[in-house]
Amino acid sequence: MIIDLPKFVAAERPMWNELEQLLKRIEDQPNRPLPLEDLQRFHYLYERTAADLGRVSTFASEPETRRYLEHLVARAYGEIHETRSRHMRFRPLHWFFVTLPQTFRRRIAAFWLALAITVGGTIFGAVATIIDPDSRAVTMPFGHDALEPSERVAKEESSTNERVAGHYTSFAAFLMTNNIKVSLLTLALGMTWGIGTVIVLFKNMVGLGAIGVDYIMAGQTPFLLGWLMPHGVIEIPAILIAAQGGFVLAGALIGRGQRAALAARMRTVAPDVVTLIGGVAVLLVWAGIVEGFFSQHHQPVVPYGVKIAFGTVELILLVLFLTRCGKNAEPEGND
Amino acid sequence: MTNQFLIRTPEGISFAQTLAGPMSRFLAWGIDCAIIIGLSWATGMALGLFGLISPDFAQALMALSYFVISIGYGILLEWIWRGQTMGKRVLRLRVVDAEGLRLQINQVVIRNLLRFVDMLPAFYLVGGVVSLLNRRYQRLGDIAANTVVVRAPKLTEPDLDQLLAGKYNSLREHPHLEARLRQRVSPAEAAVAMRALLRREGLDPRARVELFGELAEHFRAVVTFPPESVEGMPDEQYVRNVVDVLYRARK
Repeated sequence: MIIDLPKFVAAERPMWNELEQLLKRIEDQPNRPLPLEDLQRFHYLYERTAADLGRVSTFASEPETRRYLEHLVARAYGEIHETRSRHMRFRPLHWFFVTLPQTFRRRIAAFWLALAITVGGTIFGAVATIIDPDSRAVTMPFGHDALEPSERVAKEESSTNERVAGHYTSFAAFLMTNNIKVSLLTLALGMTWGIGTVIVLFKNMVGLGAIGVDYIMAGQTPFLLGWLMPHGVIEIPAILIAAQGGFVLAGALIGRGQRAALAARMRTVAPDVVTLIGGVAVLLVWAGIVEGFFSQHHQPVVPYGVKIAFGTVELILLVLFLTRCGKNAEPEGND
Repeated sequence: MTNQFLIRTPEGISFAQTLAGPMSRFLAWGIDCAIIIGLSWATGMALGLFGLISPDFAQALMALSYFVISIGYGILLEWIWRGQTMGKRVLRLRVVDAEGLRLQINQVVIRNLLRFVDMLPAFYLVGGVVSLLNRRYQRLGDIAANTVVVRAPKLTEPDLDQLLAGKYNSLREHPHLEARLRQRVSPAEAAVAMRALLRREGLDPRARVELFGELAEHFRAVVTFPPESVEGMPDEQYVRNVVDVLYRARK
């Protein structure tokens, strides 16, 4: 049987037009729910258009009409069968003080893994420097191996910041963008079953361990803490949280012990991954400002005690923020 | 590898969308890159005015603006244009949810942020290889976000004027043969003839003559109409009359 296409189109077109108008209304105002009568009408029109598509596909095979109906049905299907909550108005304060810490705690296992790799990398870098001082050339980033710690400290303390004088803002901007890029890469590499995330994290922490032990062995611990703590206590946890996001992605990709399909697993973790990387960006903006404007000032301009105290306060606040904030609020998201 | 992305609804209806291949996506990305560079340059020029007050501040703003534009461009446009950037608009591509559902902001953000790994080591090599190995041409960002990129051709209202509306059709003079034609021709055969008519203007003249010659010969073999009704009738006209009979019932 072949349907009488012109007659069919003439009869059904008003329904298709009405469905198209309703769809436009829904798409233009996603936060405004339709009244019940309109919803019922929308459902009826969707089912009728889907049935029309079935008829056209079976009895007519006319490509233009079929494509037109497929497009309409696809749009309506997306609206009707979507069960995830509609896009809510973004509330930055609520997101930062409730959603972010709750998400961090919900995915804490991935954070512990990132922390373990960090500790491992740091110990490896430190031991490598102690056992083989020549390894500094390989393990230390940014040309830190070129100067002995005591030379570096003397240079920094005598320079009275001419190095970055007049460039504080651009230096802070550079630090922010560079660190966010590294964090995004760390997170994105979660899609390599987490292997890339492990490598990036471990490599960075090897450098940190090597530099740290180098300064400690040279008796420059106050300089090291005063130099790194003001920004490092935020920057390093931020990179760890990025790695946490990467491991959450990797966990969903591997799917060990999970019965859901890959698409469903990814769908479940997506909001958490976005929240974590959003939090990382906020933390790194703060760390960039501190590093650009504060960390580069050394004794005698800013005493190391002040810098260490500042870093300690930041660290306590960060720990309190991540462990306490949003505890009394209703839990959000999926596990 | 099929280039159709098929969704089957709980109502038992299937609809298909054509997947966009890696090359068209790469071209769209090229257009987007050019726009990002242009936007960054224009913003840099405008922000350069701050250099009169503080060169340091102007330099910081330029660095931040490039960073924000390069990352935010894809996220913002794909969100407000429902899965399209400028490049995708030009090449008529669209990002859609892999289950046919509404595209969510999380999906847009994830697929754009995961460009960092898809772009490795250069020119989207990782993303390109992954998408070539994937039956839905998904790069890693698409797999993580559960999205696919489909072709979004410009949709036109069904044009049925091709069906000889209001014109005389000599085959209609023979109702019994007309009925036999409708009975013997399958929907698939009718669809081939319809598609040939709809696309005839785009055919090479020689191919057009040959195609309609073959179609007319096929339909003449299915049902033979009296010579007085079809004498001197060009092949293309014959096919148009057959399609008119097949798709339009008698008034």
